[in-house]
Amino acid sequence: MITFEDVTKRYRDGTVAVDDLSMEVPTGAITVFVGPSGCGKTTSLRMINRMIDATSGRITLDGQDVREIDPATLRRGIGYVIQQAGLFPHRKIVDNVATVPYLLGWNKKKARARAMELLELVGLDPGLARRYPFQLSGGQQQRVGVARALAADPPVLLMDEPFSAVDPIVRASLQDELLRLQSELRKTIVFVTHDIDEAVKLGDTVAVLRVGGRLAQMAGPATLLTEPADDFVREFLGRDRGIRRLSFISAKEVRLSPAPSDLETDENGGPLGWRTADGLAAYGTFNPETDSLRVALDAALLSPNGTAVAVDEEGRVRGVAGRDAIDELLAEYAPPAAGPARGGASGSGGGSSSGAGDSEGAPA
Amino acid sequence: MNWLADFFGDAAHWSGPDGIPVRLLEHLEFSAAAFLVAALIAVPLGLLIGHTGRGALLVVVAANAARALPTLGLLVLVVLLAGVGTVLPVLIPLIVLAVPPILVNTYEGVRGVDADLRDAAYGMGLRGRQVLFQTLTPVALPLILLGLRLAAIQVVSTATVAAFVGLGGLGRFIIDGLATKTYADVIGGAVLVAALALAVQFAFVLLDRVVVSPGVRQVR
Ligand SMILES: Nc1ncnc2c1ncn2[C@@H]1O[C@H](COP(=O)(O)OP(=O)(O)OP(=O)(O)O)[C@@H](O)[C@H]1O
Ligand SMILES: [Mg+2]
Repeated sequence: MITFEDVTKRYRDGTVAVDDLSMEVPTGAITVFVGPSGCGKTTSLRMINRMIDATSGRITLDGQDVREIDPATLRRGIGYVIQQAGLFPHRKIVDNVATVPYLLGWNKKKARARAMELLELVGLDPGLARRYPFQLSGGQQQRVGVARALAADPPVLLMDEPFSAVDPIVRASLQDELLRLQSELRKTIVFVTHDIDEAVKLGDTVAVLRVGGRLAQMAGPATLLTEPADDFVREFLGRDRGIRRLSFISAKEVRLSPAPSDLETDENGGPLGWRTADGLAAYGTFNPETDSLRVALDAALLSPNGTAVAVDEEGRVRGVAGRDAIDELLAEYAPPAAGPARGGASGSGGGSSSGAGDSEGAPA
Repeated sequence: MNWLADFFGDAAHWSGPDGIPVRLLEHLEFSAAAFLVAALIAVPLGLLIGHTGRGALLVVVAANAARALPTLGLLVLVVLLAGVGTVLPVLIPLIVLAVPPILVNTYEGVRGVDADLRDAAYGMGLRGRQVLFQTLTPVALPLILLGLRLAAIQVVSTATVAAFVGLGGLGRFIIDGLATKTYADVIGGAVLVAALALAVQFAFVLLDRVVVSPGVRQVR
């Protein structure tokens, strides 16, 4: 476990980048530091591996003050991924990945074998191993960056906006890949981003920082969306909080009814559409085992009759869920009645959240 | 053309203590000695200053002094101080000539390495010296070699001044030829010096191929 205890970082020019930060970063989970530009996310992250030393307070790693550990030794035990990948241009991909094993004195054969394993783990073609970084795309370079950070199997991984330099589609696939890896590896990951959607998607815990390096709120993503601690957090979370929160509720509990006879299926039991007077109409599907309530609602909204089609992994119809069934679950997961933020942004126009509860009536 | 034929066609020019092979060897000896000493001074210094950022002023001074300093004037000065008859008066000006291009390019090469890359190297757990030798130096190598090549070519061309103070080398053909108005020798000597400079250039191109990582060569 990583803990921050009253950590302050004041740069030489007097800038206070992090102000009296205290928090616990849980082991084996992804903790995201998110906040506006300049709020001290990078500074906080880099104090963990001593790329920056705190001015006061302490950071401990499994109970030991990091200032007591030799920086190079400390860093070899912590994976580090940065925005531009920072690969060594003069080394082949395989040797880039093997950087830390080489530093730890592994022999070349073992280090390279390990590197090849990792390339595969992060979903890269082993044929790329012999190439140089400039011969790879940005997304591929980022994967190599992740592989390099994981090479010596460090328990902790620090990632500073690792996916922000790639296009949205590649970013989404890198995010999915990270979640898949994490489900296998269970590392303690500290992930920095200024993109709240990325934070909510990846974080088991999200720490929202405000400018001046102060912790505004630290919570799981679902809690963050329903119960932002104050106007700053609510503002930062942006629109559609209510809808986005549904991503964290499993569709497993949606009450399914047998498929009605007007749902056409093919010979394998896959849906074809709703039979209407004018032919087949559109439909939406969700998989109750793997999808969220958000997907189920989306599927319902896609059908003219407001009924979502539940399918299994093979795409066979398992039943249907009408809006009434979805609504039952929505009610069950309604935010706490006395919570500080039961209001939302809906209908207030402009999209900036006008909160309710304790902030009601506060000037905009 | 006649003069060239006269010079290179003369069998006497190919043997004896003042023949082409001996003069060429002498020339190479001065040049190599001066170049090696300069490289041994300037490369480590450039790496160190580039890596630590301390002493950058020295690089600026060296770069400007190089442009201002007259090699021949320095030669005369050293002869006056050290006396004729030793190789020192030749080596010192040549070294002084060779240090700045090596120093400046090595320094610039190391300084110019992307800050993110340097950061990543430290972040992976490389120590200061490992960062210098395993990251900064290989990435800066094209520029370091450029500095060495410029210096080597200057040294080889300028080593002709050895003849001014009575030492050997290809400069002898030029100086003696001028004195005796044997223009075939003057031109023959000049052609040999030029050919040597080209050979040095070529050697460095080959060296570049061998020692610079393809990953770095492409990035340039
Ligand atoms: N070396 C430095 N010297 C002085 N001030 C610095 C230094 N590095 C960062 N700062 C300042 O400290 C504050 C926090 O910087 P930091 O890089 O941690 O922000 P960040 O949250 O990572 O921002 P971004 O999202 O833009 O990367 C900023 O005001 C920044 O200008
Ligand atoms: Mg940052």
